[in-house]
Amino acid sequence: MRLLSARLSARRRSPFAGLVVLLLGLVLTGGAFALFSPAQAESGQADQSTVAQGRTLFLVGCASCHGKNGEGIVTERGTQYGPPLAGVGAASVDFQVGTGRMPLARPGVQAERKKVLYNPDEIKALAAYVASLGPGPSIPTASQYSISGTDSEAVARGGQFWRTNCTACHNFAAAGGALPGGKYAPSLSGVTPKHMYEAMLTGPQQMPVFSDQVVKPSEKRDIIAYVKRLQSAPNYGGNALGSMGPVTEGMAAWIVGIGACVAFAVWIASHSVRSKKGAKA
Amino acid sequence: MTTHQEPEPGNDEAVATTAHGTTPAVVGDPIADPGLPPHEPRPTDVDPHAERRAERQVATLFGLSTLFAILFVVSYFVFDVGKNPTVIAGYGASNVALGVTLGLALLLIGIGAIQWARKLMSDVEIVEMRHPASSSEQDRADAVAALDQGISDSGIARRPLLRNSLIGALAALGLPAVVALRDLGPLPRGDLAVTVWKKGMRLVNDVAGTPIKPSDVEIGQLINGEPAVFFEDKPNGEPKFEGTRLNDAKTKAAIIIVRMKPEDITPPKGRENWGVEGILCYSKICTHVGCPISLWEQQTHHLLCPCHQSTFDLADGGKVIFGPAARSLPQLPIMVDSEGYLVAQSDFTEPVGPSYWERG
Repeated sequence: MRLLSARLSARRRSPFAGLVVLLLGLVLTGGAFALFSPAQAESGQADQSTVAQGRTLFLVGCASCHGKNGEGIVTERGTQYGPPLAGVGAASVDFQVGTGRMPLARPGVQAERKKVLYNPDEIKALAAYVASLGPGPSIPTASQYSISGTDSEAVARGGQFWRTNCTACHNFAAAGGALPGGKYAPSLSGVTPKHMYEAMLTGPQQMPVFSDQVVKPSEKRDIIAYVKRLQSAPNYGGNALGSMGPVTEGMAAWIVGIGACVAFAVWIASHSVRSKKGAKA
Repeated sequence: MTTHQEPEPGNDEAVATTAHGTTPAVVGDPIADPGLPPHEPRPTDVDPHAERRAERQVATLFGLSTLFAILFVVSYFVFDVGKNPTVIAGYGASNVALGVTLGLALLLIGIGAIQWARKLMSDVEIVEMRHPASSSEQDRADAVAALDQGISDSGIARRPLLRNSLIGALAALGLPAVVALRDLGPLPRGDLAVTVWKKGMRLVNDVAGTPIKPSDVEIGQLINGEPAVFFEDKPNGEPKFEGTRLNDAKTKAAIIIVRMKPEDITPPKGRENWGVEGILCYSKICTHVGCPISLWEQQTHHLLCPCHQSTFDLADGGKVIFGPAARSLPQLPIMVDSEGYLVAQSDFTEPVGPSYWERG
């Protein structure tokens, strides 16, 4: 090491020293930028044939609402018929189409989760096409959302994030909840870790965005691990009644519990059977 | 029963008289007392087979109860709890088994006892006549006499000095209570009107404490935030806030940070530079009764309180657009510090949370 620094020091006055330092600086800056630049700035780097296939699918299945070039369609009243798609990114497409929310069955306050209509290759092609319209969040890699190997500490940390950021809408047990005007936060049962990650990244419909710079990818993974642990945990106290809180529990207590008490009271006070045959007088 | 008045059907005056205090008298009972119906024996009273069967039924119920009590003890030891609990059909086996067995053990004793009473215990009709609820005249007179005797013996009416000094001593007993209760806590004084926010304090993400740059926040983003001071340590390595002091300060200082398209925002007068590029920061505490709110609809810019459905429009200065809240959501003026992180311009300019008496 000392030898190296001695050598460098000896050559610092060489006519090429400035050039070498400049090149080194450029390479380091570029490398650092590539390392630290936000992931969502990457546009889809898919090859042209996939994009072309996606465009064909898009023109058939999506263009009637989102416009032929994904520019969106505005109604006469000035509201969005289908929003513009430039910049929504591949993650958004993968979430909306991959959970069956898109294509929409009918216009309404909210797109619901339903049967997925495209196969994985078609979804990939659609995502590639929409990603080519403008830079947006790309589909997270399995290493980002995979929860295998998360320990109890990570689950506990995820629980803290979950309670701070998610429970207000999605309910403490991820059972979902109502929002104004017929909208709702959906239940998270059966949602894959990838789609949960994409929802946080892109903020579908009324859901806010939780960007990777603020809720870090590792923290997102902890949240997913917590939800999955929550869902796989056995019901220690018997039937959770949908985890909806006091409404269903109160109804069960009133109808089943008080109903049983009333039935017993009626039985206790009722006349028992009488015999006609041997009146002793 | 001194005044007898013949109740006549259709005579309004007779009804009016009774309403004025005279006891209505029933003369010559219009409906004859039917008496008790003739006693009918139960099958178990007359049929020895039925009796023995009922006896067996009750004994079986008690026997089953014993069995479930034993099963309770068995399931207490058999089923695992803790890290790897025994699970049956998605339920924690231990809790469900313990509840079911103990519940049935108690229930079956109850059912057996009622069945015993209904089928086998003595079965006779009993008539218990009503009697006046008040004590006899003699008892009442005796009680008043004893009280008078006590007053005259003690001489409390004759000795006002004793009486008044006793009243004074009893009243003075209240003083120790007042002094002791005073230590339940200081009055809040001005604490409700201020929070820990001050100029230059960074906005950080709750739980993790990550400081935030405007470029980190996307349009439609929601951040549940706190002031950075809760994540900082004193020079001796201990946290600046901990315990109840942390909780007290946190409940007032909690914020939400949202980003909207700048053209969607209509800032109230004087608040034009309270945000940064469409990023606005509001108190997270509802102005109705103080629930934490973060149901943020990013497309409508509405923030909904889950407790009583108060809805605030964050694009319009946090104005209440629905629900019982009376005041707009307080806004925290923010700016960017020299390192590019979001910081507060000052404390909240009005008290956060629900209204209180002194606030008016």
